[in-house]
Amino acid sequence: MSVGPSASSVSRTELFLGFFEIGVLGFGGVLPWARRILVEKRGWLTDAELTELLSMGQMLPGPNVTNVSIMLGARYHGPIGSVIAVCGLMSAPFVIVLALATLHDRYLDVAAIRGPIRGVGAVAAGLVLSTALKLAMALPKRWWVAVLAALTFGAVAVWSVPLVFVLLALAPVAVFIAWRSAP
Amino acid sequence: MKPGISLVDLVLLFTLTSLLAVGGVTAALPDIHRQVVDVHGWMTSAEFAELFAIAQAAPGPNVIIATLIGWKVAGFWGALAATVALCLPSSVLAYTMSRVSMRHEKKKWNVAIKSGLAPITIGLITASGALLTKAAVQSWASAVVVLVTLALSLTTKVNPIWLLVCGGLCGVFGLVG
Repeated sequence: MSVGPSASSVSRTELFLGFFEIGVLGFGGVLPWARRILVEKRGWLTDAELTELLSMGQMLPGPNVTNVSIMLGARYHGPIGSVIAVCGLMSAPFVIVLALATLHDRYLDVAAIRGPIRGVGAVAAGLVLSTALKLAMALPKRWWVAVLAALTFGAVAVWSVPLVFVLLALAPVAVFIAWRSAP
Repeated sequence: MKPGISLVDLVLLFTLTSLLAVGGVTAALPDIHRQVVDVHGWMTSAEFAELFAIAQAAPGPNVIIATLIGWKVAGFWGALAATVALCLPSSVLAYTMSRVSMRHEKKKWNVAIKSGLAPITIGLITASGALLTKAAVQSWASAVVVLVTLALSLTTKVNPIWLLVCGGLCGVFGLVG
């Protein structure tokens, strides 16, 4: 069981840069990059800890990785840390998207970028699946964990149940079971 | 177009969306579309689709669609206002929750919540991967791209940026879809 790094080990600059990396590379989706940068590259979180933060982020409104940046930033440098992390995450995308929009207005045709976008989309899909599997490996090997994960997957991907209902139905059950299983 | 009024409407719309969009912006997209195109008439459906395509080309979290809508409606300040409006309320909530969680880190209820939600989160991420795959796979070629990405990502330490570049190139050469 690994312990997370202590608060003092991440400077404000590093915090900004870490999330900046996630933002600037996040073509097709930021989640795989969040895991790669936060867990693999910088070791700020373990897979289990990232899953915890994502879980909290999932329950709250707002984009998940953005919520993670808020929470992780807060852990290291309080409210300023949150601001730094979110700004780090959003700056490159903000600038890039406006640059793309300006270019699009003047030169490009949207149809021209459809091809590459589709290609990137396919890779992004593969990366998300891979991230899911890697995070899944850090889950405790209990029967109820597997059942809950499978049920959630089925509800959303197979039966198209709206997310809110899935959470309302499964979250209390899950927490209850976890409570009962705790030592 | 009256920039002053639009800016206020923009901020209101995205502030509300920020608080309602549990699980992310993607779920709120149809409603955003309805508000932007039908209710406020800021752009046509086709223009919205174009903005969406550009948003997909850019990196970053899905909030970036708000940046583009804001930019279209009210230029740079619209882009900034919309982005902040979409991020701020949910961010404040997330910050508050994280403080609560940190203060009670060792409590049994906190641990139970985190370990209980973990499998649900994994299920959700896997499901979103499956849905992304369904949307991305238009041909056997794109299916191959997804599978190869998955395999390489799991078995090698290759930097995903190369995979993305390759995917983009495949798309440029018309190999995908």
